[in-house]
Amino acid sequence: MSPKRTVATWTTAVLAAAALAGCADSQRDDDGGGEGGGSEDAGTFIFGAAGAPEMFDPYYATDGETFRITRQMFEGLLGIEPGSAEVVPELATEWTPNDEGTEWTFTLRDDVTFHDGEPFDAEAVCYNFERMFDQNEAGRTAGEYWGYVMGAYADDPENSLYQSCEATDEFEAVVSISRPTSGFPTMLTLESLSMQSPKAMEDGDANGIAAEGEGFSFPEYADNPVGTGPFVFGAYDEANGEITLERNDDYWGEAAKTSELVFRVIPDESTRRQELEAGSINGYDLPNPVDWAGLEDEGNSVEVRDPFNILYLGLNPEANPQLKDLKVRQAIYHALNRDQLVQTQLPEGAAVATQFMPDTVSGYNTSLEPFPYDPDEAKRLLAEAGAEGMTLEFAYPTEVSRPYMPDPEKIYEALRTDLEAVGIKVKVATASWNGGYLDNVSGEPGKYDAYILGWTGDYDAAYNFIGTFFGNLKDNDFGTDVMPWGKQLADDLQAADAIVDDDERAAAFEEINAQIMEEYLPGLPISHSPPALVVGPGVDGVIPSPLTAEEFDTVTVGGE
Amino acid sequence: MLRFVVRRLLQMCMVVVVLSMLVFVWLRSLPGGPVSAILGERQTPQRRAALEAALGLDQPLPVQYLKFMERAIQGNFGVSTKVLPGEDALDVFLSRLPATIELSLLALFLAITLGIPLGYLAARRQGSVTDTTAVIFSLVGVAVPVFFTAFLLKYFFAVEWNLLPVSGRQTTGLDATRVTGMFVLDGVLTREWDAAWDAVKHLILPAVALATIPFAVIFRITRASVLDVLDEDYVRTAEAKGLTAQVIRGRHVLRNAMLPVVTTVGLQVGGLLAGAVLTETVFSYRGVGDALATAFREKDYPVLQVLILAAAVIYVLVNLLVDIAYAVIDPRIRTR
Amino acid sequence: MTDRASGTTDESPRRPSYGQRRRARIDALATAGTVDDQPGVSLIRSAWLRLRRNPVFLIGLAITVVFVVLALVSPWLAPWDPTARPLLDQVRPQSNPVPGPEPGHPLGADDRGRDLLSRLLVGSRQTLIVGVFATLFGLLGGLVLGTLAGAMGGWVDSLVMRVVDVMLSIPSLLLAFTIASLARSPSQWTLIVAIAVVQVPIFARLLRGSMLAQRSSDHVLAARSLGVKPRAIVFRHMLPNALGPVIVQATLSLAVAIIDAAALSFLGLGNPDQRQPEWGQMLGLAQRYISEAPHLAFYPAGCIIVVALGFTLMGESLREALDPKSRR
Repeated sequence: MSPKRTVATWTTAVLAAAALAGCADSQRDDDGGGEGGGSEDAGTFIFGAAGAPEMFDPYYATDGETFRITRQMFEGLLGIEPGSAEVVPELATEWTPNDEGTEWTFTLRDDVTFHDGEPFDAEAVCYNFERMFDQNEAGRTAGEYWGYVMGAYADDPENSLYQSCEATDEFEAVVSISRPTSGFPTMLTLESLSMQSPKAMEDGDANGIAAEGEGFSFPEYADNPVGTGPFVFGAYDEANGEITLERNDDYWGEAAKTSELVFRVIPDESTRRQELEAGSINGYDLPNPVDWAGLEDEGNSVEVRDPFNILYLGLNPEANPQLKDLKVRQAIYHALNRDQLVQTQLPEGAAVATQFMPDTVSGYNTSLEPFPYDPDEAKRLLAEAGAEGMTLEFAYPTEVSRPYMPDPEKIYEALRTDLEAVGIKVKVATASWNGGYLDNVSGEPGKYDAYILGWTGDYDAAYNFIGTFFGNLKDNDFGTDVMPWGKQLADDLQAADAIVDDDERAAAFEEINAQIMEEYLPGLPISHSPPALVVGPGVDGVIPSPLTAEEFDTVTVGGE
Repeated sequence: MLRFVVRRLLQMCMVVVVLSMLVFVWLRSLPGGPVSAILGERQTPQRRAALEAALGLDQPLPVQYLKFMERAIQGNFGVSTKVLPGEDALDVFLSRLPATIELSLLALFLAITLGIPLGYLAARRQGSVTDTTAVIFSLVGVAVPVFFTAFLLKYFFAVEWNLLPVSGRQTTGLDATRVTGMFVLDGVLTREWDAAWDAVKHLILPAVALATIPFAVIFRITRASVLDVLDEDYVRTAEAKGLTAQVIRGRHVLRNAMLPVVTTVGLQVGGLLAGAVLTETVFSYRGVGDALATAFREKDYPVLQVLILAAAVIYVLVNLLVDIAYAVIDPRIRTR
Repeated sequence: MTDRASGTTDESPRRPSYGQRRRARIDALATAGTVDDQPGVSLIRSAWLRLRRNPVFLIGLAITVVFVVLALVSPWLAPWDPTARPLLDQVRPQSNPVPGPEPGHPLGADDRGRDLLSRLLVGSRQTLIVGVFATLFGLLGGLVLGTLAGAMGGWVDSLVMRVVDVMLSIPSLLLAFTIASLARSPSQWTLIVAIAVVQVPIFARLLRGSMLAQRSSDHVLAARSLGVKPRAIVFRHMLPNALGPVIVQATLSLAVAIIDAAALSFLGLGNPDQRQPEWGQMLGLAQRYISEAPHLAFYPAGCIIVVALGFTLMGESLREALDPKSRR
C-alpha cells in the first residue's frame, strides 16, 4: 500500500486502457454499413418501446413488444388489412377449403424471396409448418401460440388441429386440419405463425431451444431472424436498449418509406412521453389517455384504434356460492354505473359493452341492449335472493396496463364504489399481474369472488373471445363447471365453431351471445376501450390497427 | 493483514451461501412467478402446469436448490426468463454492471467532492449561519425521496429547459464503439469525443439524483468527525505548540477526521445500489438497478438471484476495502 | 476537560477513548451508588438546555408537533370526506383529468374527483401510523435481537450478528421490496412490516453495541458483584442506559420509514386501499399525471419532505445533544 505501488497500479491501468483503445480502433470498421442501400434516404423512425423484446423468432415469442418488432420483418400466409381486423391475402393470394373444411389449398405469391435470398415457395411453407409442429419438449411449452391455436404438437397428433402440409406445386400448398373451425385459416394471420427462411432456420438450428434452469435458452437463429417483410434485422444494442431494423430494398411489395426503424426501450410511461416531447423518439404505444389532449396540443398526433377488446368483471361461483344465484349476478350488474365509468375513467371512444365481444367481430349480436344502471333494482334483487349485505372479495391487478384497462386501479375504484352503494361489502384484494394475480384468477379453483380482467382479440373470430372464456369447461376463470348450464354452453360454443359456412356460424354465435347475457350471465362485460398510439410532429402514414398490429413500412418522417 | 483479509473473504463466502439459500427459497415462495409473466391472459391451470414442468419449477424446493447449486458451482446461474431471455443470468449482470459503476462512481465523486469540503467548512464555523444552513440543506437531501429528486431534475432540466437528455445512456443513432461498457470511458479510449460527451450528458441528472443521499451522509459525518477531532487533546497541544494552522489542519485534523468518513463511504455502497434501482427506473437508465426492477416485476428468478448475491458480494468486498483503507490511514490499526 | 469529567460520562456508551476513559471510570466509581437510581438525568438536562437554543432542533420540533397534531385532528379538520367524490362529474380523462381549484375545494380534486386538500389532511394520519408502527416494530425486533446478543454473548451473539450481517448486506430497499411482495395481497400492514424489517438490523446492532459497552462498564460490574440477577442487570441497568442512542435512531427511523413508504408506493407496493389515503400512496398514484397535473405529485411529496425533514432535524440535533463529546 505504499505510494510506489499506487503509481504502479495506475500505470498498469493506463496501459491496459491504451491496449483496449487499440482493440477498439480495429473493431470500429465492422459495424455500421446501414446506409449502403443506395435509394433515397428517408430518415429513421424511432419508436419508444415499453419493454425489451424476448428474442426475434416470432414463433417462440409471447409478448407484444417482441411481436411489434418481428411484425416489421415477417409476413404470414394471410395478412390483415391495415386499419381493420379483416383478413386479406399476403404471402398467399388465394385459399380454398374442401367441402368439409378440413383441407385448405393455398396459392402462393411467386415473386417473394427471403432476406437471405432464398426463394419463398410451397416447400418453404411446408417446411415452416413442419418446423412449428415438430418441437422438442422445451419448444412445445415455449411455442405458446401454436399450442394455443393448434392444441398439440407432433408428439400428440390426435389432438392437433394441424395434420399435414403438402407442396402440390411450386406455388401451391395444401394444409390438412383435423376438424373444421372458424379459427382456420384466420389464425395464420398470427405473428407467431409467420413464414421464416428454411435455410436460415436450418443453419441457425431454429428448433434447438432448451430449458435451462428456470428459463429457455434460445438457439442462434432467434437472434438472426430471416423473413420476407419490408424490414431486415439490423442489430440489437443491448447496452443502450436499441433494436435497429433496416429497409429491405428487395421487398416484393412497395418498399418501406424510411431507411431505418429503431425501437428504443423506455420502460417508464411518463419518460416515453417526455422523450417524445424532447424529440428524441418519433412515437410510442399506449399513451396514457390523460395525456392525449396535451400530446395533441404539442403537435403530436394521437392515433386512436378501434376497440378490439373487452373488459369484464369476472365472477367466480366456486369461491362464493352466493354468486350461483342469477339474481345476485344481475343485481351486481345493475349496481354498476358503467356510463359514468366510461365517461370519467376511460378514453374517448370507449363504449359500454353489451356482450363479451366488440362489435367488429362477426357473431356480435346487435339487438342486445346495455344492462341498465339501476341501484334500486339491484337492492331489490339482492333482497329477493337473501343476499343483502353480502361480502364480495373483489380484486384488481397492479403493475399492469392493458389496452382494455389503461388503469386497473381507477376502474376498480369506480366499480367498488358502485357496489358499496347498494350495500355489498367489498373486501379489497390485489396482487401484481405477474405476482399472483393471474394465478389467483385462473387457479383451479380461482381464489377471488370477483375480479377484473379482459381480452384483446388475436384475430377476427367470435370463438377467440367467448370460446376462450367459456369454451373450456374444466379450466375457465368463470367457474362455469359448477353451474348447471356450464356444459351446455361449452358444447354450444364448440358446435358453433365447427360450422363451415360464415353466415350460419355468425348466426349461431349471435344466439349464444344473447343466451349468455340473458340466461347465464357468467360474468359482467363492462366496456371496450380504444388503445391509442402517438406519433410526433412530421410523422405520417401510421395506420392504427384494431389488433395493435401496426406495420411501419408506410410511415414517413418529415424533416423538422 | 493477509490473515485478516483471508478470514474476511471466508466469512463472505459463508454469508453468500447462506444468502443464496435464503434468496432461493424466498423468491420461490413469492406469489406468482415467471409462468404468469409468460402466459398473461392466456394462463390456464393446464398450460401453467405444462410450463412449470418444462422449467423444472414443479419440483420440490430442496431438489431445485441442489440443482441450482450444482449448476452454480460450474458457473452457470441459470438463464434469464424476461430481462434478456435466453441469456445467462451472470452475463446479464455483467453486461449491466458497467453502466451502474459509471453512474455510482460519478455520484460518489460528486458526493465526496462536495460533502467533505462543506462538512469541514461547517465544522470550522460551528453554530454560524453557514453551518446551520448547510446542516439543514444536507438534511433536506435525506428527506427528499430519491425518486422524487430524480423526477424533479428530469422535469426541469430535461423537459422544461431542455438542457439535458431525458433518459437512456446514449442518443439514438450515435454510432459509438463499445469497449468496456462504460460509455464515457469508451468514448475517451476510442477518442470519440462526441460519444463521450453524449454519455456524460446522459449521466449528469441520474448521478446528481443518486448523489443526494451519500452527499448528505458524508457531509454530516465529516462535520461531526472534524468537530470531534478539533476537540482532541493533540490538536490543542498542537495549537499550544504554536504550529501553523495549515499544518494542524492537514496533519492532525483532516487526517484523523477522515477515518469515520472512509467507513461511511463504504457503507454508502449498499445505499447507492438501492438508490440506483429508483434512479435508473426514473431515467430508464439501463444499469443493474433497472435490471433488478424489471427482474422483480417479471419474476425473472435467475437474474434476481444473481443480482441480489452480487449486491451482497459487492457490499462485503467494498467494506473489506474500506477496512484496508482504514488500516492505511490509521497507523494504530496497522500495527496491530 | 473538567466539565466533561464532572458529568456522568460513562452513561454514554459511545466513544470512550484515551485517558478520558480512565478518568471517567474513577469518577464513575465515586458516584457508583447513585448512577443506577437516576440514569443520566444531568445528561438529559444539559442536553435540553442546549437543545432549547438550537434553531435546528426547534424547527424540527415545530414541524413534528404540527404534523402529529394534524394527524390527530385532521378527520375533523378536513372539509370533505376524503373518500367522497364530489367533483367526479367534472372528470373527463382527456379534457379535464384533474379538476382544478374552485370555491370549497382550494386545491382542487384528484383524478377521481375527491377533494385534494381533505385527502392531504387525512393522509397525515395514515402517514404517521405507517411511520410510527414501522419504527416501533423495527425497534421491538431490534430490541429482542440486540438484547439477546448483547446480554448473552458467546455463540448467541455470533449467530444473531451473522443474521444481522446478512440482513444488512441486502440493500435495504430491496429487502423491503421483497418482503412487501411476499404478501398475498399488499396492505397497510405489509407495508409497515416491510419497512420495519429493514430497521431491525440497525436497531439490533445499535443495542448490542450499547449493551456490550456496558457489560464491562463499572456500574454493571458493580451490580454483578453485588449478586444482582442477570435478568435484572439486563433490564434494570443495561437497557435503560442504552436507550439514549436508540431514541435518536428511532426519531431518524421515523423519517426513513415515511420515505421508504413513499418509495415502495412508487414501486407499486404501497397500501392499495384508497379508503386510507396516505401521502406515499398519493404520490405513487400521481405519477401518471406528472405531465398534465404535476401538482398532484408535488403536494404529497412536499408534505413527505417537510415531515421527514422535521424528524431528521430533530433526530440529528438530539444525537448531537446527547453526545457528551459535543458538550461545550
